[in-house]
Amino acid sequence: MDWLNAIVQGCLLGGLYALFAAGLSLIFGVMRLVNIAHGDLIVLAAYLGLTVTGALGLHPLMSLLIVIPAMALIGYVLQRGILNRTIGDDLLAPLLVTFGLSVILQNGLLEVFSADPQKMNAGALETASIPVGGITLGVLPVLMFLTAVGVIAGLQWMFYHTALGRAFRATSDNQAIAQLMGLNRAHVFGLAMALALAVTGIAGVFLGIRTSFDPSIGGGRLIFGFEAVIIGGLGNLWGTLLGGIILGVSQAVGAQINPGWQLLAGHIAFLVLLAVRPKGLFPRMDG
Amino acid sequence: MVEPLLVVAGLDAHYRDFQALYGVDLQVDPGEVIAIIGANGAGKTTLMASIAGLLPNRPDAIRYRNEPIGRLRADQVAARGIALVPEGRQLFPSLSVEENLLIGGQLGRPGPWSLETVFELFPILRERRATASTALSGGQQQMVAIGRALMSNPDLLLLDEISLGLAPVIIKTIYEALPGIIGTGMSAIIVEQDIGKALAVSQRVYCLQEGRVSLQGHSNQLTRAQISRAYFGV
Amino acid sequence: MSASRYRIVQSSAASRVAATLGLIVLAALVLAPYWAGRSDLRLLGEILLYLSLASLWNLLAGYAGLVSVGQQAFVGLGGYALFGLTIFGGLNPIVAVLAAGVIGGLVAMPVAALIFRLRGAYFAIGTWVMAEVFRLVAAQVSALGGGSGTSLPTAVVQSIADGRDAREATSYWLALAMAVLVLAVIYAVLRSRKGLALTAIRDNELAARSLGIDIWRTKFTIYVIVGALTAAVGALIFLQKLRISPDAAFSVNDWTAFVIFIVVIGGIGTVEGPIIGVIVFFLLRETLADLGTTYLIILGTFAIGVMLLAPKGLWGMVRARSDIQLFALRRKVVAKLKD
Ligand SMILES: Nc1ncnc2c1ncn2[C@@H]1O[C@H](COP(=O)(O)OP(=O)(O)O)[C@@H](O)[C@H]1O
Ligand SMILES: [Mg+2]
Repeated sequence: MDWLNAIVQGCLLGGLYALFAAGLSLIFGVMRLVNIAHGDLIVLAAYLGLTVTGALGLHPLMSLLIVIPAMALIGYVLQRGILNRTIGDDLLAPLLVTFGLSVILQNGLLEVFSADPQKMNAGALETASIPVGGITLGVLPVLMFLTAVGVIAGLQWMFYHTALGRAFRATSDNQAIAQLMGLNRAHVFGLAMALALAVTGIAGVFLGIRTSFDPSIGGGRLIFGFEAVIIGGLGNLWGTLLGGIILGVSQAVGAQINPGWQLLAGHIAFLVLLAVRPKGLFPRMDG
Repeated sequence: MVEPLLVVAGLDAHYRDFQALYGVDLQVDPGEVIAIIGANGAGKTTLMASIAGLLPNRPDAIRYRNEPIGRLRADQVAARGIALVPEGRQLFPSLSVEENLLIGGQLGRPGPWSLETVFELFPILRERRATASTALSGGQQQMVAIGRALMSNPDLLLLDEISLGLAPVIIKTIYEALPGIIGTGMSAIIVEQDIGKALAVSQRVYCLQEGRVSLQGHSNQLTRAQISRAYFGV
Repeated sequence: MSASRYRIVQSSAASRVAATLGLIVLAALVLAPYWAGRSDLRLLGEILLYLSLASLWNLLAGYAGLVSVGQQAFVGLGGYALFGLTIFGGLNPIVAVLAAGVIGGLVAMPVAALIFRLRGAYFAIGTWVMAEVFRLVAAQVSALGGGSGTSLPTAVVQSIADGRDAREATSYWLALAMAVLVLAVIYAVLRSRKGLALTAIRDNELAARSLGIDIWRTKFTIYVIVGALTAAVGALIFLQKLRISPDAAFSVNDWTAFVIFIVVIGGIGTVEGPIIGVIVFFLLRETLADLGTTYLIILGTFAIGVMLLAPKGLWGMVRARSDIQLFALRRKVVAKLKD
């Protein structure tokens, strides 16, 4: 029963990892950009949630109403102001610039909020649970997982059934020709980053409710997200969800064997999958 | 006297150190169809790309409705009513036929062209509207590329070698559709290697040779000898 | 026009002047324990170690196109190898530094085999995952203090040299020797056939392949060389610090972010760049250190600014104005005078 429980909890945790990953997957899919500061932006969102709940006395989930648009705005401005200048054939420019952003964000947060761990208090939601069979499911993890499924389904629908998604795919296919169609790629990329960071906002608030956080933990979140993306196959959103679940389950199973092995087990699962399926479980299938 | 729609004056174009166009002058009047001919590498595609805004230029080198557009981005040029059917078709591979057309129409410029009228022009596309654009034959792809450009209801249509790599029957079909397109009062610049076709569809013709205009004139007044001299430089 | 009228030269007037100046600076550095105070000596040692790290990362990313953000894996590995080999293996610390290099090279091989499956930016983050794995494994080694780390036992510290001054001088000389070794190896690699192949790959991978250059092997070799030397540098870093913990040993900010900033600020893909970058980095650090975290924010902003406004770095700006080259790497064809 302990094992079944670990696996179920791991699955649910995978939802959070999928939320970390969805934004990465989106911006890689649209503009081939890998954002080293992604994890720090998740942490930024958590601090934004903390500030909003503190200042307005809102429930952490209600803070999403402010955090999501705020993160989207940050994403758009960041992309148009800085990141668009790094897009091109050269890999180093986006890497270095987002590395720089990462250092700036970490130390900025450190300056404002100090290194003390913080946590958002979601009250009864944190302890509520529903017994299913022999195991108890926390309401919060279930909510997180369902949110992840909803976000991924929403992104998938947006990508394949809306004008915006069409613009994203066209720009991803061929930037110059997309420009000929009247799509300003700087704006399209701005929108993609806005959307990615909106998702990041959700991820950050959930992170901040689930565990305590401090300015230094961004790198670890980036890595979880990255692993989920690669396991699932680049540019495949449902694959990313599955990648998150595999990661979560590996960690839960690792922790079950030895509490110190939780993170290690996740990384090792990733490396093993990389060795046997270097293109991920579901290689990009949208062409 | 009517005001010209497009005036290209002293246009140079560069790819890094290589100069591809040297002081090209060209003019298109409203409703006029002009042809551009020239050997491979003469600079025809470069000229089209410059007008469409894919290559940056002096603002003044290209004027459209008397507005300098040489420095504008391609999307800004497109918004002003210039559409390019690029050489080699260049459809979006991850979009279906219908989506390729819709993306052409996303600027929302008013005019006669819509999904419906494009499907009337090329009925086969209606049948294949949900197909991935990569699954089409070359001729069908070219129809999508033309339809995609029409969807923006341009006032000036640029067609770059639309017969390239297509079977003669297909070329015939596509050229038969042309009057239905440019007969609507639209202006057009047609780049074409086939001199006969170029002269037949256009009122005036320009010949490019190594990045320079080597000959221009009314399509029905130029002699074969004049053209082959301008074309091959012999 | 016969070929014999031309000869190929690799040195230039500037590089000869630079070589002379370099020798003078080197002599001054060798004698530093006699003229520098204790804290200055420590700073110099640190600068030299950062110079080594930056030059190695530059070889990896700037020449071999392997943009890694996980070199802290090898720094930490070297540090832990030093502690393990001296504490449990009873090795002399200086021997342990060399052994750490060997271990670094050996570990780099399977690591490369695995992460070379990832391309571009994903390769970069893959190297980081590797470093995380190393960090978490180190945290499991309870004999070395687990997650909280451990100090080098007094007996080991004393076996470096007698007395604190002598020990610090030895530490410093080792750092200097390491920097010289690293620069020499890089210089040799770049002047070898492999170096030419590297430049060819960097400039155009497709063309290089068509010339029959085995890209994978070339990159693999460079990765292993850099892994070995980085581990040796890591051992020296923690020989100087005398204390190690997983978080310090495998810090992405300390051993990779700052190193990348140094290289980019100085000028990536040039031997001179990391030297300039390390000087700028430490000038900034020493003048702004009082600002604490603000200093790091300024550093990050400065690096972003350089990348966006002068992507070839400070040395690139110098080069754009003059054809100067301090390390003679490019070959020039010169008409022979009548002889
Ligand atoms: N992207 C490019 N980079 C460098 N040179 C180019 C590029 N595109 C075209 N050229 C060169 O510019 C010249 C004109 O090319 P192009 O405009 O394509 O000619 P055309 O369409 O008449 O065949 C040719 O010499 C060609 O090699
Ligand atoms: Mg052409």
